[in-house]
Amino acid sequence: MASTETEQTNGQAAGQAAEETIGQAIQPSTGQTQPPGAVDDAAAGGLPARGKRPADDRDLSGLEAGLDALETVAVGRTPFWRVLLTKVVPPLSAAVVVLVVWQIAVSAGVSDQTKLPSPHAVWGELADRWRAGDLFSIIWTSVERGLLGFLAALAIGTPLGLVVARVRFVRAAVGPILTGLQSLPSVAWVPAAVIWLGIEGKAMYAVILLGAVPSIANGLVAGIDRVPPLYLRAGRNLGATGLRSAWHVLLPAALPGYVAGLKQGWAFSWRSLMAAELIASSPDLGVGLGRYLENMREASDMAGVFLGILLILVVGIAIDQIVFSPLERWVLRSRGLTAGAQ
Amino acid sequence: MADTLTGPAPAAVPETAHAARLDHVSKVFGRPGTQPPVLDGITLDVEPGEFVCLLGASGCGKSTLLNLVAGLDEPTAGTIDTPGGRPALMFQEHALFPWLTAGRNIELALRLRGLPREQRRPEAERLLSLVRLGGAYGKRVHELSGGMRQRVALARALAQDSQLLLMDEPFAALDAITRDVLHDELSRIWAETNLSVLFVTHNVREAVRLAQRVVLLSSRPGRIQREWRVDIPQPRRIEDAAVADLSVEITEELRGEIRRHGQH
Repeated sequence: MASTETEQTNGQAAGQAAEETIGQAIQPSTGQTQPPGAVDDAAAGGLPARGKRPADDRDLSGLEAGLDALETVAVGRTPFWRVLLTKVVPPLSAAVVVLVVWQIAVSAGVSDQTKLPSPHAVWGELADRWRAGDLFSIIWTSVERGLLGFLAALAIGTPLGLVVARVRFVRAAVGPILTGLQSLPSVAWVPAAVIWLGIEGKAMYAVILLGAVPSIANGLVAGIDRVPPLYLRAGRNLGATGLRSAWHVLLPAALPGYVAGLKQGWAFSWRSLMAAELIASSPDLGVGLGRYLENMREASDMAGVFLGILLILVVGIAIDQIVFSPLERWVLRSRGLTAGAQ
Repeated sequence: MADTLTGPAPAAVPETAHAARLDHVSKVFGRPGTQPPVLDGITLDVEPGEFVCLLGASGCGKSTLLNLVAGLDEPTAGTIDTPGGRPALMFQEHALFPWLTAGRNIELALRLRGLPREQRRPEAERLLSLVRLGGAYGKRVHELSGGMRQRVALARALAQDSQLLLMDEPFAALDAITRDVLHDELSRIWAETNLSVLFVTHNVREAVRLAQRVVLLSSRPGRIQREWRVDIPQPRRIEDAAVADLSVEITEELRGEIRRHGQH
């Protein structure tokens, strides 16, 4: 604090010096207009000095406030009805159209009821499951597995991505494999996982990991690659080096790519898990959505098969809408990276 | 001995004769001998509290020189001494972190400088009001105009509490009116603090408007070609006759230097 006071005193002293210089060098009344050749006059007046005058200062702050106001666009909150109209109504109408077309197809007798059940029959199956009390246990078995697997993938994929992005040798060695793994449907791992780990939870998790880890790691690598070097230089100048640079600059700057990777990672985990549940059958595994779907197929219960497909779809969309899309929107909007964020 | 241990700490910043001293600094990119030097034998002192503008055409190595002084790069030969510690650096792009608010950007600089947590918020508020953005603490970077961003960037640079401020064409991307206002702002803040400023620009009038000393660099290799002491008293305006006169003189010299490159 002591140093600040000294600075201010110095500033004031310098300001006074400037007033004197102006008084000597230029017209004493205003000091605004300078005759040609003022350079020489000023030079004769002494050393260049720091200075400011109160009038100028008020001018400047007014000008600045005006510029700031002109260049800043005030944004209000979007009204609720508008959100309803633009975000909720369109998907609902799409769902209604699908239901109507489905019902028309059934009524027109495009196919017999054993192959194309009516929406009403599927609804009946849903009500049956609800009454039987196992609807939520079926959903939860899969969701719990999916989320736990995803968290494990997060814990493995994040450090892996960091190392691949920052260590050149590891990138050259592992990078292409990670990209390749992304295009390999992880359901292809199910037979191997079952043989290695047995038909139990471990095999399910292995398949989820193989699906999600490459996405998460690649997302982080892409995010880090796209960090503008300027941020890293600015960070270094502020004193952020090594781990502090990674924590304060690199990781937050890479967040948009990372979140995109998480989103894709979840989609991959969910898909892989459903495939694994469909293929692997064991009483130890309990009944998840995939198993339920396969059971219904074995029973040739078409309404149940439809319900299974719909539930898998709905859960996948719901997790994305509840967790990942808001996260992504928040990350992008807070940086002004979305069109709606202006 | 007990007295010295419990007594007040001595002033942190020792009195030095210079804020930055460059002694025969040269820079070659790539292996020496394969490329012509970008900078060749630059010897320059910036006095404490002095405002120096480095002026030069494209390719004269102005930004390279600033990076060397900032410690972001190493000179090939020669020495650079900045006794006040690591200089603060301002870029042409604001380089503010978009994931932080204006206030948090400044607080990050304070935190990395080692200021205790409870002092950061008031200090950030103080710096924001110094650049006259008292209400902008919670604003995101993308919500600010170009001029406001550069003022926040200036506040963040001041937060580093360095004796030397390096500025790399910080107003080049702004419109003329905003740039003019920021010149006034920078002059005012420089007058209120003890800062030494090394300011790089290719705009002659800007250099004359701001500096106490204008240093002209030649291009390929970058050498100090000539220096002018600017004795026009502050506050100056960019349209002042005295500023214009000296600008004409310097521009002539700069043009001659640029013409030289087309002759062979």
